[in-house]
Amino acid sequence: MDIEKKLINVKYKTDENSHLVLNQEICKVCEDKVCLNICPANVYKQGVCTELSENDSENNGTIDSITVEYENCLECGACRVACPYGAIDWKYPKSGCGVVYKFT
Amino acid sequence: MEREKFNIDAIVVGAGPAGISAALTLKRGGKNVVVLERSDKAGTKNMFGGAVYLNSIKSILPNSFNTAPYERFIVNHTYSFLNDSGSVDIKSTALADNTTATVMRPKFDAWMVEEAKKEGVYFAPKTLVKKLIYKNGSVIGVKTEQEKYFAPVVILADGVNSLLSKDVGLRKEFFPKDMVLSVKETYKLDKKILEERFNLEPETNEGAMYEFFGGLSGFYLTEKKKKYPVTPFAIGFLYTFKDTISLGLGISLEDLVQYKVKPYEVLEKFKSHPVVKKLIAGAESNEYSAHMIPEYGYNHLSKLYANGVLIAGDAAGLINSAHFEGTNFAIESGKLAGETAIIALNLGKYRHNILKVYEEKLRKSFVLKDMKSYRNVVETLYGRKNSILKYYPDKMGEFFETLHVVDNVDKKRKFRRFFRTIFFDRSIMDLFRDFRAFIKLFFEIMF
Repeated sequence: MDIEKKLINVKYKTDENSHLVLNQEICKVCEDKVCLNICPANVYKQGVCTELSENDSENNGTIDSITVEYENCLECGACRVACPYGAIDWKYPKSGCGVVYKFT
Repeated sequence: MEREKFNIDAIVVGAGPAGISAALTLKRGGKNVVVLERSDKAGTKNMFGGAVYLNSIKSILPNSFNTAPYERFIVNHTYSFLNDSGSVDIKSTALADNTTATVMRPKFDAWMVEEAKKEGVYFAPKTLVKKLIYKNGSVIGVKTEQEKYFAPVVILADGVNSLLSKDVGLRKEFFPKDMVLSVKETYKLDKKILEERFNLEPETNEGAMYEFFGGLSGFYLTEKKKKYPVTPFAIGFLYTFKDTISLGLGISLEDLVQYKVKPYEVLEKFKSHPVVKKLIAGAESNEYSAHMIPEYGYNHLSKLYANGVLIAGDAAGLINSAHFEGTNFAIESGKLAGETAIIALNLGKYRHNILKVYEEKLRKSFVLKDMKSYRNVVETLYGRKNSILKYYPDKMGEFFETLHVVDNVDKKRKFRRFFRTIFFDRSIMDLFRDFRAFIKLFFEIMF
């Protein structure tokens, strides 16, 4: 049973904005990418951002970035501890938002 | 100099067992206390195995502890050592059924809140504390998303991640070796089937629990084009509820990082083990969850107090994971934090020289006594993980197989063959290291 199936059963109250904010400048040069493996809810995914940066003409308009599917966050805090470079500005979701467990 | 005016005596951040215990204690000491909780309903952001200890609940709610929403009372406790095909189990049955009971946190924590409200504790859910407020080097209140609350004493019971404890400099940053990441699934299972499967008297609330060691072969780390077998340090658990089972693992965060393994992959591997698979056969998964357990232990505890502030429960790292004890530490430390706050309030003095009474109380209690006794257990077991999670479970399985398989080979030859593997499967130094680790822990716990 893969992670998407596991998360289907979890109840959330989703906020409009992400409570997790990455410093993508660090993520761009990070080789470990620990977040991609460590998150029990698979919140972090390797994404390709097609924003053309002014100083980035060599990159053909694509920049490696990490996408943050904060809606699935279980608020465990593992990413905050595991990221070796402090690239994650980890906060709790806005009060009343985030995961709502039923049987834990 | 104008003194800050307080109309609240104490603010408690977090409505888990630690926070509610602190609040109840304060209220009973005649103090006004407010509990601020970030979730809509207490317990909906908490997760554990798990079971609570009735003596612990009784210690904070002596008159109503038997009305808590207990699921099943544990009468069978199994230690299961998993080898590749089966297990060797050590099972205690007919345990006293009034000591340990499974609960679901969204129900249980909410019940504790209701009990606290009945006694006059003010409870504010949906209230996230963003920052602590300081004046003259003391904490004098908190800032939530909407407003500020002032009180001469703030008790932080905000769980394992406790951002506020870090804020106030009471603890350093965490590293993966400080934490265990627990992942869990709950499964709905027909009551009759559950009772039969776990050998529980039908139509009663008897319950069972398991602890699993081993059963996680098949993980590899690829380095420089070579594949190495690795064993992530993880202990499994299973608890029975009325018509639900919980199954999960506490996994070393350090191992998840260094072996580049996803936590749910470890869970799936565990679930696919033939013994585990049978225990959840036919059960329907109804919730997945994850939570961290603070494992930095006695040797690396944060400061437990500072001017105007005390920390209790998981926020203070008070856990004895070897015995699955956390909620009882939370309740006791919450209670002692409450008692300390009362002393400070009665004296009108809130600086660290007064609040240090909290640490003294904790030292005299089972909380820090146990944490001190067990201060090296997790680190030592981690250092011997290949023994505990692979070698001994495998050897136990092999031993019983040698004992039970009847073929046309004489016993002397069979047993000699088995004992030879003990000496040749790994170096004698490993046995020596295991023995030394065991002796060290034995003496630290007993003396």
